Order: sequence, then C-alpha cells, then structure tokens
Amino acid sequence: MSDEFDLDDVIEAGDGWIGEIPAGTLLRITDLHGNQAVDTLFYDAHDYANRYSAVDTIREQGALYLTTGSTLLTCDGDALATIVEDTCGRHDTLGGACSQESNVVRYGGHTRYQPSCRTTFLRMTRKWGRGLGKRDLGHNINFFMNVPLTPDGGLTFEDGVSAPGKYVQLRAERDLLVLISNCPQINNPCNGYDPTPIRLTGRRP
Amino acid sequence: MTGYTIEVPGDAADSLRLRRHRTLTLRCLGPGANVSMLLYALEDRTERLNVPDTLKAQMSARVAAPMALMSDMGRALASVTGSSLDWHDAITGHGLSGLGGGGVGVGAGGGVAVGAGGGGARRGLLDELAKHGLDRRDLHATVNFFSKVAPVGDARGTLVYEPGHADEGDWVTLRAEIDLLVVLSTAPHPLAPAASGSASAGASGSVPGVRLEIDESPAPGAEDATRRFRAESARALELAERSHA
Repeated sequence: MSDEFDLDDVIEAGDGWIGEIPAGTLLRITDLHGNQAVDTLFYDAHDYANRYSAVDTIREQGALYLTTGSTLLTCDGDALATIVEDTCGRHDTLGGACSQESNVVRYGGHTRYQPSCRTTFLRMTRKWGRGLGKRDLGHNINFFMNVPLTPDGGLTFEDGVSAPGKYVQLRAERDLLVLISNCPQINNPCNGYDPTPIRLTGRRP
Repeated sequence: MTGYTIEVPGDAADSLRLRRHRTLTLRCLGPGANVSMLLYALEDRTERLNVPDTLKAQMSARVAAPMALMSDMGRALASVTGSSLDWHDAITGHGLSGLGGGGVGVGAGGGVAVGAGGGGARRGLLDELAKHGLDRRDLHATVNFFSKVAPVGDARGTLVYEPGHADEGDWVTLRAEIDLLVVLSTAPHPLAPAASGSASAGASGSVPGVRLEIDESPAPGAEDATRRFRAESARALELAERSHA
C-alpha cells in the first residue's frame, strides 16, 4: 500500500464528514458498534451535478439492495464506486435520509427539533462551500440499513442486519466528493435506537 | 375557466403550473404509455418531490391511491386521489440515452429486447427544466406513472418489469395540495422492451401518448381518503395546509 492517501477518521454518532477521495482509493466504512445507519452521498469531484443516483443504480443492477459487486452510478450513468468487500451483506438505497420535516411526518411534531441527517448534510455542504447546497442533495445510500420491499408493494424498516465490526469497502472509480451523515435517528430501529460511532478508513491500493 | 385538456404525444415532454386543489388526470392514449414526472413547489423550486420520504412514510414500494406525494420539506405536494391501476413505479428512474436497464428481467409476456429506443426521458425533462431556470441539479427520482417494476422477493431484491401493465384508457388523478410546477415526459419507461415488435408499443409501433385533464377540485375534507390513509399522510396534508393558514 502506498502512502499517497491515508485516511482514518472516527465519525461520532450524529456527526458528519465531507471530503475528496481520489480515484483508485479503497474506502472502508466500519460499523464499530453495530446497527448504525451511515447516510452517504457521492459526487463526481469535478462535476457535482453528476452525482449518485439511487434509482439509476438500482435499475442498472436489476436489484434493490447494494452489496459486493454493486456499481454506484451517477444520474448520467457514470461509475462512481464499486463495492468490493461487504461483511454486512446488504445495504439500503431507497429509505433516504431523515430530516426534521420528515420526522414530523413520520413520528409527529415532538420530533421537530431532533438532530437529523439532512441537517447534517446541509451543515457539511456549508462547510465545504464551492457552491454545494440543498439542490445537490440527491437520494442517498444507507450503509448497514435494512429496508425490505415486498412483491405485494410493501416496505418496512427492519432491525439492522449489521453487527459490531462489520464493514463495507468501496473502490473509487473516479475522483469523488463523499458526504456522510452518521445517522442520529432515534425513532426507528435503523440505529438500534442508539446511534453509535463509525470509522472511515481509506488507502490507495 | 374551470379546466382544460392537453394531448401530449409519446416521446415528448411538457411542463405546467398546477394550482392548489386543481386536479391533473393522466389518461393513457394507448397500451404501454409511460409518464415520468418531476414535481416542484412553484414558489420554491428547491422544494421537490422526495420519493424515499414518500415511500417510507407510507410503507410502500409503489405509488398508488390514496397516497400523498411528499416533498423533502414534509409537505404533501399532491395526493393520488384515484387510479385505474394499483401500481405506479417510482424506484427505477427515467431513461437516458445509453442506459437501458441491462440488469432487470422482464416478466411473463415481455419481449426479449430490453431498453427503449431513442434518447429516453432525460433530454425532454432537461429541456423543460431549463425553461424554468432549473437544470441537472434539480433532478430527483421520478414517478413513472403507468409502469410497474416489482421485487420478486429474493435476498438481493431482484426486480422485474411487468410489460402490458397499462392499457389504453388507464388513468390516474393527482390533486395538487400546494401550487406546483409539474414537469413530465412521455418517453417509454427505461425498462420497456424496445418498441419494435413489442406489445408495449402502440398499434402503429409508435410510443403512445397521454391526455392531461386539468379540473377544479374541492379542498380535502376531514374524511378525505388521503387524510384517512395513514397518520403520516394526514400529517403531510396538514403541513401543506399549515403553509396556507
């Protein structure tokens, strides 16, 4: 492994992360304590409008869930990253990111002032600058989250399939901007009702 | 003026303002029609349809009556007040040139070739978005009315496109809950078998269009089907109403 790129950050429960990841990097997200949803968005580092698209990724792989072999596509059909290792086995990309407003819809007005992923996303885009903002928030990936869809048209949030130490590793297929919210949601089982830290590590192969 | 109709041919795009409590009925002019739709709050186009929020709040893998179509701000943009079909796809996006859904199987009765001809819906949607000062950054997951893509129920979530889901005369009605900008394309669904020799193309082999019917509607009352559907649907309606209070 070369030292050209080396990243090792712990993202605390409810915190965010934003940064560039060069093409070729192996990026690993580790669920340190288990059952932690990691809401993640990817962008072409040189063209933010060419961003991760959940629906194009789902359609082109012909399946709902992300796992080893899944290629994450932009809305223009370009490969952003490929999942090369996955000890969890299954990740959601249809459940979206929680927000204060969607919490009110889903759980009631008492949740209006709780932390949420989209607040974190917006804070991170402000920190990053460079014109990145709300319009650039597409539909995200929820690593380690389990949202099964059924043939009769149903959708459920189920207990995480993850466990302490499980990880997913991606290979960047182009220069990426990566935006992460380590989900603070406490109203459903996506974080086991107890948000916990995750670890982000990256190396050039 | 209480209403009007527009006939949109297949493989075309259009956009319109739909005022609060007007209804928009889409009616298939031929078998296999598809309408890929984007929705924005007219007064603030950074507020847009959010398919994940819409599906997860109402525990659904599809769009169907009487669901509310929710924005990223928790407001009901529109309610699906009725439809002749119980499934409208919202999880496989719209077509763009060069991408044809290579990974998705076609259910019984489908053709062999996957991937519609032409450039897909993207070009027309971007054409219409540009007229309103919007661009690629404003794209979101479309609802693909009259198309069905369902999971088979296995561990990886394998999806199958169902050909022949919509027939001539099939319809869906949306009621705007706030003033909307509606952007739509009648290009084929990206998973529709290629038009040549396929049952999903119109009798002439061309892509079928739709008729848009715009009418007045009463405001949703206490017994409205969307309000009574789920507590989440009712709260989204209430948030839309609160912004007009």
